[in-house]
Amino acid sequence: MKKLLNTLYVTRQESYLHKERETIVIKNGPDKLAQFPALAIGNIFCFGQISVSPFLMGYCAEQGIGLAFYTEYGRFLARVQGKPTGNVLLRRTQYRWADDPDKATDVARLMVAAKIANCRSVLLRDLRNHGENSSLKQAAKKLAVSLRQVQSAHSVETTRGIEGEAANSYFSVFNERLRGSHFRFDGRIRRPPTDPVNALLSFAYSLVTQECVSALLGVGLDPYVGFLHSDRPGRLSLALDLVEEFRASWADRFVLTLINRRQVCPEDFETEAGGAVRLTEKARKELLVAYQERKQTEIMHPYLHEKVPIGLLPHCQAMLLARHVRGDTRYYPPYLVK
Amino acid sequence: MDDYLAISALQHYAYCPRQFALIHIEQAWSENRLTAEGRLLHERVDAGYAEQRRGVRYERGVLLVSHQLGLTGKADLIEVHSPNEGKQESPRYFPVEYKRGRPKIEDWDRIQLCAQALCIEEMRNTQVTEGAIWYWQVRRRKPVIIDAALRQTTLDVIEAARRMLLSGETPPPIDERRRCKACSLAELCNPKAFARDRSVSYVNAIFQESDDPSEDSQE
Repeated sequence: MKKLLNTLYVTRQESYLHKERETIVIKNGPDKLAQFPALAIGNIFCFGQISVSPFLMGYCAEQGIGLAFYTEYGRFLARVQGKPTGNVLLRRTQYRWADDPDKATDVARLMVAAKIANCRSVLLRDLRNHGENSSLKQAAKKLAVSLRQVQSAHSVETTRGIEGEAANSYFSVFNERLRGSHFRFDGRIRRPPTDPVNALLSFAYSLVTQECVSALLGVGLDPYVGFLHSDRPGRLSLALDLVEEFRASWADRFVLTLINRRQVCPEDFETEAGGAVRLTEKARKELLVAYQERKQTEIMHPYLHEKVPIGLLPHCQAMLLARHVRGDTRYYPPYLVK
Repeated sequence: MDDYLAISALQHYAYCPRQFALIHIEQAWSENRLTAEGRLLHERVDAGYAEQRRGVRYERGVLLVSHQLGLTGKADLIEVHSPNEGKQESPRYFPVEYKRGRPKIEDWDRIQLCAQALCIEEMRNTQVTEGAIWYWQVRRRKPVIIDAALRQTTLDVIEAARRMLLSGETPPPIDERRRCKACSLAELCNPKAFARDRSVSYVNAIFQESDDPSEDSQE
């Protein structure tokens, strides 16, 4: 299996990145802030006013190092991409499948099944760890029903419908899983989130989604053409498909841990004039560090039977999806929490 | 010319059809120590110029093509032996291939050399009866006789490799795991995960999880 390479988050404004032989150098004015061997870096994410030398851009593109730019608030701006990798046959098949209702359903069903199974697994785990809770138990039962329904779903629409219901069952008890009284959750609100918990969830989802984009590009699949999510200009449909398997066990659990361990407090959020709630800059930096640490945690991959760090899961699943498209497996084996 | 096979691809096919498919159909290339060293060695070999010593001209990095077989590639070295004084013969061509490793029992290096011989025969309208493989690890040159059996094996591999290329399909990993150990594509190919398709039972198990009516949380 690949090595989990480090992701470099550059948040210090006015920084300048350039290449020095086989290393990446970060400077601020005349001062050298840091220097890393390029071989150890898998992604460079720049937030705000950061500049990068064209030679480093070219090197990143050539070496497959993801280089992307975001606003200071984490809104995606641009990504540097070299020649597409992988083969045209893989992408052609991907497009054909996306257009073929049966094939698309085949893959979408399993992605949603894994998502629902994983939601249910984390609820059951909470029940084991924190004792009886009738509403959690009820939600887990509902999720089991959704899982049975999705097994016989015959279209992507039906699959999406079941997925929506399952998400409602799951989020209906999300507030029960928050310990302490700092924060409340009254349902998922997106674009923009108007409370801290939703802001945290959106933040975590966008981080994992970007990892999925990089992973898909890395194996030669087109992140814009999905099976579960339909095409919309600019929508990273396949990356959104792939994220589904990781939401409950990776992103949501990360958010719950931050809240329940009191690693975030109400002061870490600011409300814009329009009502959107976002993390302060200081908090975002701290959370990025926590997120990087979480990525190092090793798990046993249920299909590959190999120990892999969580951060490599998007790559593992992108690879398994690509191999399925290329005919190595009869079904796409989605990621399941054990 | 686009659908001509690279001579080096024949060796990939003979070694492992899946490796061939990953490199030539899926355009995957993962450099490991072996191929990187091989490349450096080749760069050194290819960098040479033709030299002439006692009736033999040594030409390096010679472009080869066979329109009949649809092959294209490069010979590391071709020795062109001038005919003896006063004889009305054409020169004798002797291809030499450089390999990083050690001599192998299997045919795959010889197949590559034989394919080069077939190209030379077509291009120069001559007969190539012999060549050699130079093994870097043992610093030794092993002669190879281009006989009928080797020619047939080579033609079979050309045929099979072309069929696979046209089909666009990637076959499953081979059973001979020893070859996977030295393969530069092992990480991409993942023979352990794809030798047997375990996806059917894996996927069935997702749905069986929920058939547990007790919702029991004892583990």
